[in-house]
Amino acid sequence: MQIFLEYSALGIAAGGVYALIALGFVVIFKASQTFNFAMGEMMMVSAYVYFMCVVLMGWNWMVGLAVTIAVSVLIALVMERLILRPMLGRPIISLVMVTFGAGIMMRGIASIIWGSDTDQMPSFLSRDPVMLGELFIPGKTARAFAVAVAVVVGLVLYFRYSRAGVALRATAADQTTSFAMGINVHRIFAMTWVIAAISGAISGILMASINSLSPSLGLVALNVLAVVILGGMDSIGGVLVAGLIVGWLEAVTGYLLGSEWRDITPYIAALLVLLTRPHGLFGTKPIERI
Amino acid sequence: MDVLEIDNISLSFGGVNALTDVSMSAAAGKITAVIGPNGAGKTSLFNVVSGFYKPNHGAVRMAGVDITAVRPHRRAFLGIARTFQNVALFRGMTVLDNIKLGAHTTLRSGPLAAGVFLGRTRREESALREQIEREVISLLELDHIRHKPVQELSYGLQKRVELARALVMRPKLLLLDEPVAGMNREEKGELSHFILEARERWQTTVLLIEHDMGMVMDLSDRVVVLNFGRNIAAGTSYEVKHNPEVISAYLGRAEAS
Ligand SMILES: Nc1ncnc2c1ncn2[C@@H]1O[C@H](COP(=O)(O)OP(=O)(O)OP(=O)(O)O)[C@@H](O)[C@H]1O
Ligand SMILES: [Mg+2]
Repeated sequence: MQIFLEYSALGIAAGGVYALIALGFVVIFKASQTFNFAMGEMMMVSAYVYFMCVVLMGWNWMVGLAVTIAVSVLIALVMERLILRPMLGRPIISLVMVTFGAGIMMRGIASIIWGSDTDQMPSFLSRDPVMLGELFIPGKTARAFAVAVAVVVGLVLYFRYSRAGVALRATAADQTTSFAMGINVHRIFAMTWVIAAISGAISGILMASINSLSPSLGLVALNVLAVVILGGMDSIGGVLVAGLIVGWLEAVTGYLLGSEWRDITPYIAALLVLLTRPHGLFGTKPIERI
Repeated sequence: MDVLEIDNISLSFGGVNALTDVSMSAAAGKITAVIGPNGAGKTSLFNVVSGFYKPNHGAVRMAGVDITAVRPHRRAFLGIARTFQNVALFRGMTVLDNIKLGAHTTLRSGPLAAGVFLGRTRREESALREQIEREVISLLELDHIRHKPVQELSYGLQKRVELARALVMRPKLLLLDEPVAGMNREEKGELSHFILEARERWQTTVLLIEHDMGMVMDLSDRVVVLNFGRNIAAGTSYEVKHNPEVISAYLGRAEAS
């Protein structure tokens, strides 16, 4: 039982980072109904940028973080402007394909620049384990969870209370009408990419600190996509909860059934939920007008 | 003085000419009706004024300034507000949230201001906004439903909320696309009254698309008639009503259908 609880705590802690990644997907989806398949690669590139700043340049971690976020935002804005904006209004599949292509290109370029072997990330997270009563949680995972939760809470509060957040909700509900209200819908799209870039930069650094750094770091984002589907694509609260659930499921099935089960768990969970609730656990069902 | 001038606008979709050389104007503080059979191009004309459709040629001028190239969201800042033929409220939000979104243009702060820096001007700004919201909500008698989600309201009330949201912008020019369609007599009477009240109070210039001839006759100072995307008549409601071309446009359609 003790071990089961420890795995559970570990899983939920890992789920915090999933929730942060998922937020990056959902915010873009909410505004423009597009999945950004390059999300994982945005994380990966960010992790490398951070690595370069801190290891190769020897900068302080805060400077490194600031530079990383700046670069990540820049990449996101360039992607939004150059490949997404001109594609707006095209079928969703073409939008998905261009982000997918951009992701593959980024992974290839990363291999060329940084090589395809793994690097060890110097962590700013302490390794000292955290004890939760009797439960032992590895230090990095626990602290990554705390960072992820802080960032998620910050972003969610920003959506809740800022005018940009209100404008984002309006854009998600009805673009044409938003224009009529004086909302610069294109700027809202760009803003969602900026938010995704921030969540990508931080989750990328966290992922690389917990595991290790390689060009395939971003592949974890595909598992997170299952989280997003599980939570309901348009529900920010839903995917945050789903992130924690999937983290927990992965850890617990890994413990009970063996690690080969870990990676397929999110998909099985997503599939089961979709069969019973097509719009995810918390997604809103569109009302059909006939 | 004309608040709005539409000068020789043509608009086509592929092979369909939705508008051909349409010109008209809206005089300050007056209610100008745009009428015509189904498919005449009335909504398309509004969409050109809102900036949603780019005309193939011609110009739209607001208080003498050419705004043909201005992007749609900027036009809200120039004082153009509208309602839509199919109710276009933000579903899932309350009446108050919808109305507040109408006041989006009255706040200047950027995304980072986020209500954190409650400086003096900001406070004044939001006080002003709240005052406008209160005024509009009480004028349109929406107090009792302010916290209801809009999708739970009757169709008539939804249209009224949409009018409120447009009025909160304190527009110089208000475009109303069939504001009473689908309402019963009583609701129509109420809405007409609200439009007149708003005009009275804020001297708003109104452009009104409406199929209900009774309402058009009652409200409008001037009537412009379109048929197959062209101007066919303009004048007082009395003149237009007795214009043979107008009569045959409506009768022709009635016979054809
Ligand atoms: N986005 C569009 N794409 C293609 N055709 C369009 C579009 N919008 C309008 N049209 C066409 O333009 C013509 C005018 O349509 P419009 O909606 O302006 O008419 P209307 O006068 O508002 O009619 P109603 O009284 O039925 O609302 C119609 O033939 C319509 O099919
Ligand atoms: Mg119409």
